[in-house]
Order: sequence, then C-alpha cells, then structure tokens
Amino acid sequence: MDAVLELIQISKHFGAQRSVDRVSLQIQRGEFFSLLGPSGCGKTTTLRMVAGFEEPTSGEIRLNGQSIQHLKPYQRNVSTVFQNYALFPHLTVQQNIEFGLRRTGAADIAKRVREMLELVQLTGKESRLPTQISGGEKQRVALARSLVMAPDVLLLDEPLSALDPNLRKQLRGELKSLQRRVGITFLFVTHDKEEALSLSDRIGLMHKGVLEQVGTPEDIYLRPRTRFVASFLGAMNWFGPVGVRPEAVRISNETAANGVVQQSTFLGNCVQIGALLDDGRSILAETSRLAGSLAPGQRAHFWWHPADELTFE
Amino acid sequence: MNRLRMSRLRTWFLAPAWAITLVLFLAPLGIVLVYSALTRGAYGGFSEPWTLESYTRLMDSLYLVILLRSFWIAAASTVGCLLLGFPLALFIARSGRRKNLYLSLVILPFWTSFLVRTYAWMFLLRDTGLINATLQKLGLIHDPLPLLYNDGAVIIGLVYSYLPFMVLPLYATLERLDKSLLEAAADLGARPWQAMWRVVVPLCAPGIRAGSVLVFIPCLGAYLTPDLLGGGKSVMVGNLIQNQFTSARDWPFGSALSLVLMGIVMALLFGLLRRDSEGGLL
Amino acid sequence: MKWLSIYAVCAYLFLHVPLLILSAFSFNSSRFTVWEGFSLRWYQSAFADKQLAEATLNSLIIAVVATLIATVAGSLCAYGLWKRNAPVLAGSLYLSLVTPEIVTGISLLALYQFLFRFLHFQLGMYTVILSHVAFSIAYVVIVVMARLRTVDGSLEEAALDLGANEWQAFRYVTLPAILPGVVSAALLAFTVSFDDYVITSLVAGVDSETLPMVIYAIARRGVNPMVNAISALIVFGLGALILISTRLKSGSAA
Repeated sequence: MDAVLELIQISKHFGAQRSVDRVSLQIQRGEFFSLLGPSGCGKTTTLRMVAGFEEPTSGEIRLNGQSIQHLKPYQRNVSTVFQNYALFPHLTVQQNIEFGLRRTGAADIAKRVREMLELVQLTGKESRLPTQISGGEKQRVALARSLVMAPDVLLLDEPLSALDPNLRKQLRGELKSLQRRVGITFLFVTHDKEEALSLSDRIGLMHKGVLEQVGTPEDIYLRPRTRFVASFLGAMNWFGPVGVRPEAVRISNETAANGVVQQSTFLGNCVQIGALLDDGRSILAETSRLAGSLAPGQRAHFWWHPADELTFE
Repeated sequence: MNRLRMSRLRTWFLAPAWAITLVLFLAPLGIVLVYSALTRGAYGGFSEPWTLESYTRLMDSLYLVILLRSFWIAAASTVGCLLLGFPLALFIARSGRRKNLYLSLVILPFWTSFLVRTYAWMFLLRDTGLINATLQKLGLIHDPLPLLYNDGAVIIGLVYSYLPFMVLPLYATLERLDKSLLEAAADLGARPWQAMWRVVVPLCAPGIRAGSVLVFIPCLGAYLTPDLLGGGKSVMVGNLIQNQFTSARDWPFGSALSLVLMGIVMALLFGLLRRDSEGGLL
Repeated sequence: MKWLSIYAVCAYLFLHVPLLILSAFSFNSSRFTVWEGFSLRWYQSAFADKQLAEATLNSLIIAVVATLIATVAGSLCAYGLWKRNAPVLAGSLYLSLVTPEIVTGISLLALYQFLFRFLHFQLGMYTVILSHVAFSIAYVVIVVMARLRTVDGSLEEAALDLGANEWQAFRYVTLPAILPGVVSAALLAFTVSFDDYVITSLVAGVDSETLPMVIYAIARRGVNPMVNAISALIVFGLGALILISTRLKSGSAA
C-alpha cells in the first residue's frame, strides 16, 4: 500500500471545544476519498489542517512520509478547491489558472495553462472575468487552477454545494471522470451522503469531531459500525439493538398478517409504507411500486431476512 | 470557519499605525494628563507642586457657566438636527429608486470645507451680510439686525455642519423598518400621526440615540463654529481650552478642561455602545 | 407625504443654498453684499495674491504628504486588524476619531513643546504634517476596514494555497480587492487634511501658514469677496476631485 497522506492522531481545539478529536487516517495514492458528516462534525476543519489554514492542536500530518503540519499553506504540495471557489475577482480565467505557476516561477506556463483549459473544456473563455461565467464554469476554473499545480492531494471543500441540484448531479459525474483521467488523489469533503456514496473509493464518516468509520461505500452502508453511521446513511427501523433498513423489509400476503398499514406514500421510484405491527411497534418499509397497492387499514405480513439485520451494542 | 491563520506579516503591518497612535495620540494625552496635575508656571508652561487645583477650579462659577452654556448649545443643536433630520431621513427612506441620489445630496456638503461652510453663514448673517443688506435695500429695516455673534448663530452653524451625522443613522434604521408595521397600525385604526408617534419613533430609538450622540459629541467640543459665529460673547468650552493654551497661558487648567471634555465624550460614547451593542451605526 | 416632501425641500435648501449664494457672490463686481454686476475681479485678486499662493502650496504639500503616510499606515493597519481582536489599538483609533479637534490640537502642541526641551527644533511644516497624519489615520482605517468586510477571506487562503507567500497574497490578491477603499480613504484623508484649521493653527510654525489659516484671518477682518472666490474654488475643486474618483472607481469596477 502506498499512502500519500497520513493523519496521525490529529486534534483541533477551539477553546474548550474539540472540533477534531484524535483522527487517524491513511489515504492511498490515486484514491477518491470522502470525508462525510453533518455540518459541524469537524470534516472541514480536518481539511483545513491538511491545507495548512489551521494548525493542529496535536498530532501529525504526513505527506509522502514527511511531516507537514508546521509548514505554511504555500509550502505544501496540496491544493484546495473552495466551497465558493474563491476565484480572484480582478483576474481573468487565464490569470486565475496561471496564478500559482507564476508564484512558483514554473517553466512553460502558457503550455500548461492551455492543456488545463482543454482538460476542463474552458478553451475560448480565457479572457472572461469570474463574474462573466456560469456557476459550473467557475467550479471548473477552480479545479483547473488547483490541478495545474499538480498537487499530491487535491482538497475539495463541498465544491458542488453552491450549484443548483440538476447541475450538481451532472458535475458529479464529470468530477469522477476527471479524477480518473488526471490520477490525482482527491480528498473530498461533503455532507451529502449520496454524493459521497456515488463518487468515492472510500469514505470516512465523521461525527462530533471523531472519525466513526472508514470503508468503501458498500462497506459503510451495509456494515455500519455504529448507530450514528447507520442512521446517517439512510432511514432505519430500530428494534432495540437491532436495526433494519426500510428497503430490507418485505411485505407479503401469503402468511398470517402481523400488522396494519397506516399510510402509503408514493415516492416515484418506490412506495413507502408506514405500518403498525400487532405487538405495538411501528415499522417503515420501502417496496417496489409493482408490488401492488397497499391501502391504509389493509393488513399484511411484514418480515425481513436475518442477514439484513444490523446489530449494535 | 474562515479564520485566517495569523501571519507574522499581518502583525508587522500594525507597526506603523501603532507607532503613530502611541507617539501622536496616546503620548500627547498622557502629557496633558501630567500637566493637568501641575501648577501654572510664572511665564506660562508649568511647574511643581503637584495639585488638583486645576480640577477644583472647574467648579468656579465663571467656568461652570461656560460648561453649562456648552451643554445647552450642544443640546439645542442636537434637537435642531433631530427636528430637521428626522423628516428628511423619513423622506429619503421612502423615496424609492432615488434614495441614493437624495442621500448623497445630504453627504455632499460634508465633502466641502468645514471652514468655508462656516464662513458662508458669516457671509449671510453679519451686519453687512446678505440678509441684512437685502432687508435694508428693501427698506424693511433701518439698522442691521444682530444676527451674528450670538448663541443662535452658533446653533445654526452647528446644525448646518453636523446634520449628516443625524440623517445617516436615522436613515439606516428607517430603511430597515418593516413597512407592514405602519400598515398594521393603520389597520388597527391609528391615524398617520399616531402611527408615526407610537410606532415609527419608538422603533427608531436606536437610530435617534446614535444620531444624537454623534451630533452632540462634536457640538460639545466645537471650537471653530463658536469662534467665528459666536464672536466673543458665545464662548464654549473649546474656546476656553484654546484660550488657556494661548493668551491665558494656563496650561494645567487647559489640560484639566481637555480631559474633562474627553471624559464626557467617552462616557457618552460608551453609554451608547453599551445600549446599542450593534455598534454598526458607528 | 406631500408635507414631508415640502419639508425635505426646505432641509435641502438649508443644506445647499448658503454655499451656492456664497459662490454666486464671488462673481459680484461690488465689494459690498449687494449685487451690482458680473465680474471676475475677486478671482483675479485671489490669483494675484502672493500670500494666498504660498499658503495654498503649503496646504497642498502638507495634505499630499500627510495623505500618503496616513493612507499607507492606515491601510496596512486595517489589513492587520482584519479578523483579529486588537481592542487597544482599535479603541485608540476610534477614540481619536471622536476626540474634539481642539483637544487633539493642544495635546499635540503639548507634546511638541515637551520634545523641544530636549531637541533643538521648532514648530514648522513637519509638525503640521505629523499632526495631520495623527488625526487622519483613523479615517483611513475605518474606510479600508469597511471595504475589507466585503472581501471574501478565502481569496487570501486560495492565494496561499497556490504557492503565494503572505506578502504576495496581500500584494496580488487582497490589495487589488481593497484598492477602491484605499482610494476613497486617501481622498477622505486629503480632504480632512486640506481643510483643517483648528489643529493646524496650534501646531504651525512661521513658515507653514496654510490656506485655511489665511481664509480664517481674512474672514475675521471683515467682508472680503476674495474669500468667496477662494471658497468657491475650494468647493468646486474638492467636488471635482470626488467626481473624478467616483468615475475612476465605477470604471474599474465594470
């Protein structure tokens, strides 16, 4: 295994508040890694510590095996795509992309910028100002500006959240294919579980400053290690220590009914059934809409495979 | 989350301003503080012994009158600004798209010279000034009216100079005022005047307070306006201070007066900031 | 609403008519305040006056130098104070803004007199310049800070992130973003410096008589339409300066 970025027991305290609490993490070269969690969980602070905008209270950050936590942002070969893109408003698209190369005095600037403009399909818009391009184009300029620096890790701070929902889905695909093409390690911060599940090779789920679980999307969705992870990634029916996802709940009429349908909601791709079981527990189920209609008041048998049960202490 | 990591460069950037503030503002005030506790020297200046006599002299009726007159002129000017400024601010706040034009018309004179603006009133008010000359030419009066060199002239000059300080904070609060409140008041049977008095004025209290303090402070410490428009008759505390440092040559007493004036200004400002902690109006 | 408009018109007349009348009478051919006919004689005598020319030059030198120093120091200070807690410095600057001019003037005079006991200098142009820097720096800080509040903090982080050091991030990203504010601040500093009488008259030496000091002296002596002419020139000169700068700013913003 070839870890490009290692976080070793890093913590960040703001006064008495522990924003990030002893997070350890290894990110592999070429990986698309997402830090997922609700707002205020410490994911952005973690990203900012990697970028160098915040200094960890304790712990170590290694890039290619070298400690970097005491280096200034401009001494680290990582680059950030900001949530609001932070494009320099007084510079053109071309000047924005050139900015970093000029600071570091790189050779063949013109060629590298041209290649980058082609890669993000912005050829022809070099001389526009940030105010004169669309939201999606702004995002691509921000990506190009960072990628042209050939960073070891590209840090992305909720780069899709400023866009409208339709564009967001489209750019999600573009982002993934771009990452495959350039082969650069992406560390992606988001609060959107769908985004994280669809884009990532691996996901780290954070909650209250603590890294709760790290794994592939399938891993954390199907085998959540904590109740928080299980509920954050999707709706859950809780029966004591046992949790069952609504889509795992089956409904049949063949055997003896054990509950009564309370409400039935059409959601487009499925039908959501709320029911009251005879033993007094409520249950939520999602079934294919082809499964026939279940009207409120109708009785049915609700069950699930023991393999779909998730058990927590 | 946008906390910038404090760089050393940004700390160094404060150095020139620190130097200027320390040497040219705090140190002079410190020297004045020391002078105020010393005794007047034989040929001006100061000497030992240390004493608080300069402060106790403030209670002398001669000076108390000047302090009280300063308060009265500043208060009258503040009321004048309020009476003139409130309707003006209301007018601007309700003038739709022309708001910015009307607002800049209030600020515009502020960008021209203070001295010239004060001289303009001398030109209008003096015995041989425009108003008297015109009235005489029309035969309405024989002897010129004593318009200049009195408290009234000083108050007019101060209102004229500091009106923008009143209009801007008033406008800021009136702008934010929810129009539906007035409609609700009217809906509940309030006449326009009642709605104004019972709804708009109380809701504008922060703006009225801020504007009043912002006008009262410079009026209280005014020097040039009473000097030019008040003549010798209408002496305010600012003129008294100047006098102690020039012809009277009583630096300790002038210093004590200055510090008392500063104390009043700071108390007013602190009171305002504590009450309306938004502070954005400043 | 109708009454409000009439009231507002009266208030605007009160604000603008005195200066307009003052300027109009600068073209009066008579020495007295009765209109006799159009003439430029007061402008001619103003331009011919050697003392006035010298005082104007002094005022310009003082205002330009003081503005340069105050703008540089004040802008750097505003940037240094950005998103930082520095209550002593910020409080002192605010305090200097509300300190009565006469108090600023006498305390600076006290400082200079105190220093002259040890150093063999006397009041002159440089004491005036220092004093002007002292009272105008707070204006600069406030105006530039107001502009900085509108600047997105992540711009600077982006610059650092792309390999710019702190100085380069300031020079190439933050400074261009606050430049309109810096220009406004310089303009304001120039205006308050060029206009100041109270503080200047206390700390000026024999060689540093300024334009406001000359105007004051003439105004005290009695009616002199030459002052109207100078006033009109100042009002329109400063007005033109403001107009040009707003044009420049709106031009660069587009």
